[in-house]
Amino acid sequence: MSVNIMLPTPHKIIDIIRETGNEYTFRIETNAKVKHGQFFQVSLPKVGEAPISVSAMGDGWVELTIRKVGKVTNEIFNLKPGDKIFMRGPYGNSFPVDDFKGKDLVVIAGGTGVSPVRSLLKYFYEHPAEIHSLHLIAGFKDEKSILFKEDLSNFRKRFNTIYTLDKDKIEGFEVGFVTEHIKKIPFDSFENYNVVIVGPPVMMHFAALECLKNGVPEGKIWLSFERKMSCGVGKCGHCKINETYVCLEGPVFNYTKAKNLLD
Amino acid sequence: MGYCVSIKRMNEILKELQKEYKIYAPVRFEKRGRYSDTDLIRYAEINSIEDVVYDEKSDFSPKEVIYPITQALFYFTEYEYMESKIDDKKILIFARPCDINGFRRLDTIFLKNGGTEDIYYKRLREKVKFILMECKEGGWDSCFCVSMGSNKTDDYSLAVRFEDDNILVEIKDDEFTNLFGDEREVEFTPEFVTSNPTKVNIPEIDSYELLKKIYDLDMWKSYNSRCISCGACTAVCITCSCFTTLDVTYTENGKVGERRRVHASCMHEDFTIMAGGLSFRKTAGERMRFRTLHKIYDYKLRFKDEHMCVGCGRCDERCPELISFAATINRLYDEVKKLKKAETTKDIK
Ligand SMILES: Cc1cc2nc3c(=O)[nH]c(=O)nc-3n(C[C@H](O)[C@H](O)[C@H](O)COP(=O)(O)OP(=O)(O)OC[C@H]3O[C@@H](n4cnc5c(N)ncnc54)[C@H](O)[C@@H]3O)c2cc1C
Ligand code: SF4
Ligand code: SF4
Ligand code: FES
Repeated sequence: MSVNIMLPTPHKIIDIIRETGNEYTFRIETNAKVKHGQFFQVSLPKVGEAPISVSAMGDGWVELTIRKVGKVTNEIFNLKPGDKIFMRGPYGNSFPVDDFKGKDLVVIAGGTGVSPVRSLLKYFYEHPAEIHSLHLIAGFKDEKSILFKEDLSNFRKRFNTIYTLDKDKIEGFEVGFVTEHIKKIPFDSFENYNVVIVGPPVMMHFAALECLKNGVPEGKIWLSFERKMSCGVGKCGHCKINETYVCLEGPVFNYTKAKNLLD
Repeated sequence: MGYCVSIKRMNEILKELQKEYKIYAPVRFEKRGRYSDTDLIRYAEINSIEDVVYDEKSDFSPKEVIYPITQALFYFTEYEYMESKIDDKKILIFARPCDINGFRRLDTIFLKNGGTEDIYYKRLREKVKFILMECKEGGWDSCFCVSMGSNKTDDYSLAVRFEDDNILVEIKDDEFTNLFGDEREVEFTPEFVTSNPTKVNIPEIDSYELLKKIYDLDMWKSYNSRCISCGACTAVCITCSCFTTLDVTYTENGKVGERRRVHASCMHEDFTIMAGGLSFRKTAGERMRFRTLHKIYDYKLRFKDEHMCVGCGRCDERCPELISFAATINRLYDEVKKLKKAETTKDIK
């Protein structure tokens, strides 16, 4: 009998960290080998399934940072440490981390878009010798929506950080969209670099255009896509754009490919 | 090897086969058609050879036999996933050449795409053997199998031609030879349609620059008012394979339930909708473009061998707005020709 790719397995919730009012990070027991940028199909029996990115990983666990928006995510928010959650995966490709090593890296993330790059950021935070420099621009709507506060304050110590809120002025944060701060990145001083952009589609679109305006070559830009997904394994068809399945060849795309993914 | 079998004898053979097989064929459902007073022809289990509607095209494709509209994946009890079960019997399907070729497209998605196999499809698919049904000469009005190269196949165990009192049978699969041992031998191999009244020209799309221009064509906008996004076209298509999974509970207390998948349509407005209400391809025209290009451009770009559409013409027959897919393809062909011509004259200048 062949393996059933739709069959999830139960995993214990080790810890739940409240990031904001409707975004919690769930630390879940698993030995799955996960690459930075991948996602799991997370489910509860009788409720449903949803794709969720891995926001951090360690020995015997992964973290998923989930926003409460609907049927499945509402129900997940009722779970307690010790409860079981069901998962299958990890799925999708990942950020080309080996390619990033030894070079300069710029990460531009908006809102929940910080989740899929958080594990990558944590990796270079813990292995600073493996990266030449890291510039992080992270933007949130307002003070209430700031995610990963502890990580953000740690990152200040080893990365060049620009944190920004759309409108409000608070200490340690600039004002304005992430796109408005891209011109502050010293692209000219980099010898060899990459740019990672993750966030809502509109934000990724304008951030990429702004990077191009600042002289960043297309091939250096990496984006992480989000699409409706019902299977995560190339069968249900929901995530398809042209001949590309976001769940299989993505969610991470180089800009040279992404610009041809027209809906 | 060919045999001439009487209707009576054929029914005896079917009875014999039914010990091991579930036998499916296009069957008539009276007064259930697209218009009042018309019949609906769709695949169902048969008990006698007279049930088989062989002289008309079925409204629905045989894909439902192994890829049902709704299918249970798991049953849930308190905290357990149990894989759904299927009948042990093997499956025989009376099918046309286009549909047999269509199953190969479904195989590509369910058994090859992404390098994984979908066991729900596989466990039924591996039970299937085909009984090829000859088509009438030229096929039916909306067929364009010849243009799509799917008018022929040799992937069948038996082939049949229905005559007034007899059925001619070709046997390609030794498993069935015994059943026909006492019948009268005749020369018979099935004939395939070699020309249809409806023909399509497939545009050659050879660059992303051209593709982008195709996206911007005005022709798609004309579907915004005509197409009602009902998804009837994808429901009847032998090669449409998309689905959505959902969980349901059977009881008030919600203790037991199932995860099932149901056919989904890229023509429906909510096909791409994500949490937060964000969606792509918001207009009927954009969705028509997506479906058209999948059927005659990007499936082949991905899997190389063949286009997804097999030209069965069912989508044309079924559309309540009388939108013809063949006409859409031909219209796109003309538009692409114009785009290419504009490009070459620009180059010359
Ligand atoms: C690769 C990938 C990674 C992701 N990573 C994360 C992550 O790390 N964290 C995270 O929180 N989310 C992530 N998401 C998004 C997450 O998958 C969705 O938020 C989740 O599927 C919502 O499921 P739900 O059942 O809770 O909501 P649903 O009940 O399915 O829907 C929630 C909302 O969506 C809208 N909606 C859905 N269907 C319809 C419809 N038919 N008509 C109208 N409106 C509709 C409504 O606004 C509804 O309130 C990711 C998605 C992808 C594809
Ligand atoms: S797109 Fe239309 S003609 Fe082509 S295979 Fe599907 S139903 Fe048949
Ligand atoms: S093309 Fe016709 S059948 Fe298909 S969704 Fe539009 S109206 Fe419905
Ligand atoms: S999520 Fe089902 S095909 Fe990509």
